[in-house]
Amino acid sequence: MTSVPDTDAAGRVLSADGTPLKQSLNRALRRQKLRALALIAPLLIFVLVSFVAPILDMLFRSVENQLISDNLPQTVVILEDWDPNSGELPSEAVFEAFAGDLQIAISKKVHTRIGSRLNYEKPGISSLFRKAGRQVKKWDIPNDGPYKEKFADLNKGFADIEVWRTIKTYSGAYTNGYFLNSIDMQKGADGAEARPENEQIYITLFIRTLIMSLAITSLCILLGYPVAWILANLPSRTANLLMILVLLPFWTSLLVRTSAWKVMLQDQGVVNEVLVWIGLVADDSRLALINNQTGTIIAMTHILLPFMILPLYSVMQTISPTYLRAAKSLGATDWTAFWRVYFPQSIPGIGAGSILVFILSIGYYITPELVGGTKGVFISNRIAFHILSSLNWGLAAALGTILLVVVMALYWAYDKIVGIDNVKLG
Amino acid sequence: MTFTRTLLATSALVAVGGTAFADGHMASDMTLVSWGGAYQNSQQKAYVEPYIAMNEGVTAVWDESSAEAVAKLRAMNEAGNITWDLVDVVAADAIRLCDEGLAMEINPDEDLADAPDGTKASVDFGDLIVSDCFIPQIVYSTTMGYRTDLVGDTAPTSVCAVFDTEAYPGKRSLEKRPINNMEWALICDGVAKDDVYSVLETAEGQERALAKLDTIKDDVIWWSAGADTPQLLADGEVVMGSTYNGRFFSLIEEQKQPVAMLWDAQVFDLDGWIIPAGLPADRLARVKDFVKFATDTQRLADQSKYISYGPARLSSAPLVGKHADLGIDMAPHMPTDPANATNTFLYNYEFWADYRDDIDAKFQAWLAK
Repeated sequence: MTSVPDTDAAGRVLSADGTPLKQSLNRALRRQKLRALALIAPLLIFVLVSFVAPILDMLFRSVENQLISDNLPQTVVILEDWDPNSGELPSEAVFEAFAGDLQIAISKKVHTRIGSRLNYEKPGISSLFRKAGRQVKKWDIPNDGPYKEKFADLNKGFADIEVWRTIKTYSGAYTNGYFLNSIDMQKGADGAEARPENEQIYITLFIRTLIMSLAITSLCILLGYPVAWILANLPSRTANLLMILVLLPFWTSLLVRTSAWKVMLQDQGVVNEVLVWIGLVADDSRLALINNQTGTIIAMTHILLPFMILPLYSVMQTISPTYLRAAKSLGATDWTAFWRVYFPQSIPGIGAGSILVFILSIGYYITPELVGGTKGVFISNRIAFHILSSLNWGLAAALGTILLVVVMALYWAYDKIVGIDNVKLG
Repeated sequence: MTFTRTLLATSALVAVGGTAFADGHMASDMTLVSWGGAYQNSQQKAYVEPYIAMNEGVTAVWDESSAEAVAKLRAMNEAGNITWDLVDVVAADAIRLCDEGLAMEINPDEDLADAPDGTKASVDFGDLIVSDCFIPQIVYSTTMGYRTDLVGDTAPTSVCAVFDTEAYPGKRSLEKRPINNMEWALICDGVAKDDVYSVLETAEGQERALAKLDTIKDDVIWWSAGADTPQLLADGEVVMGSTYNGRFFSLIEEQKQPVAMLWDAQVFDLDGWIIPAGLPADRLARVKDFVKFATDTQRLADQSKYISYGPARLSSAPLVGKHADLGIDMAPHMPTDPANATNTFLYNYEFWADYRDDIDAKFQAWLAK
């Protein structure tokens, strides 16, 4: 009787049908994985299409700059030979190509968009293009040149070398200009350079956002830990009642809560009035509690506190009280029992709560806008401004990308230091 | 990324297909976008209710999104799904929307009604049509108000009282943006009104304005919502502050607070409609019909019964009557009333369209310092 050998010539273990065991095992596992993938496919596709793709699309705008190369194609090509540092305007050929490109752009009604785009880099170009639109469409190209003079007559802005330098600098289909702008730099005559000091703002705001978010997270731990401990150790009927008090702010509008803090914290507000009344603070030196960093920290700590308490509470509920009793029966003081036995078991809750609070606070902008005054605003306030008001979505995308990368770097650091396995929501 | 766009566009087509051609060639639903609150209410009463009374079966839905209209319209345009039919925006936003190709260009004489005496709309609205896409409705102004009981014996008469912390100690509230503040700073620093924008065009001029604002920086509470200054004044948090004249009207006349207005150097600004670009024919026909009605002489005058903003048509001014609830004459509360308009300042749209981003960066950097 011939039997299938257990091993092949190379010494690999074979399965019953003669294929190497490893290969057959892999095949079975692969089938399992595919089935699992098919099961989660609907959700995966949904997340990809409705969440990941729009975010990538938005982030892509931070480098995208096709508007100019697409709509001024001839000008951009001829302009490549021009040296902005020569001190002379581009040649007549550039102006003629520009007139032709502009006419097409006007007929497509995109010339004002080109103007708006370039205006982010040099103020004044927006109206230059808007006004040129009304005249240039009547020109007979190429018969009524020379166009250098015609453009200069139309508006002296076209005879400004800086305008042409801006067009040349931003003529590529992709640009790093938005990213340079978000770290307080700009594209100058000789590559990247620092912005003038009176325009530097973003790095300050990034650092401030991180520091204040850390402060808010720490405050949430300090305030939330005892509350969660009490909730976890009370009989469940009382605990449920108190839990409603924690959740109540959750169900109240964010704006209402923020406005309530205004009433509480302002100079003539409740807190100051009480302090003056009991004589702790003189009437003429009331505490400045709002429209500054203090205001932002107080209001945001209050708003984000439930996000700290809930994970802490659910983790603490799983810590059996017998551990504490055992520690005490073995002679530990109250403090030692807490610090050496209870606290280490509650760290996963602190980790989960901290990540939640920190990431939420980094992206906050309504509360800082309302109670932050000038020194308590976050980077997200600027991002909101560029999305909603200035329509400079490229810059907003660059700022957002940097913020995302910073958060991911912090997450990575957290994983290295504390370990992400050590995070539990309950 | 084209993929998401196609996907969104397809769903848009389905949505549009559902509502199209319900009422002959005109759609029967309109989505109007405005600011909410008392202002939107005045539009509902003065324009929408009479229009619906005349056109049975037409419904109008409000979306209170004017503050984010520019960004949302751009997003809708990119997705190929315009869900708004008519959008109320300030003139500066209208210019930006027009530049971006997100608003439709209009022909005033064709799309808007003539005045009762036959004057063409383009003449009746005159210079207030600041953009090819803009249909003006009201003139409002940003101006100063002060607490009558907190300013001592000599009430302020000039806008420069804001910079005078000696005579008027206490906090003041100003809007958290460069527009208006930079102009006031220069005027109070001795620049003639006519030269303000040519000074502000230069880096030195911008430095100068910020230096003037720097003298009161520690005394300013910066607001970003129009309701902030009225609240701060009512609570006695500030002695004076800037906001829109309609907010002061309700603070003084409706809530009877001890506040008075300083019309000096009030900055006129405009608010009006734009029609989003790319509407399907039936919806466009409906909205054009509505706009022609809602911006005629009588309707614009009617709006001033509910709110103290001046109608944008010359021919509406004589028709301004009494407040619908309070019964007081509205003419003296209009920013355009001769008694209030002795010293006014004209906001330069073209200038701010060009310099807004640049000066805003400097202003915010200065604020953050």
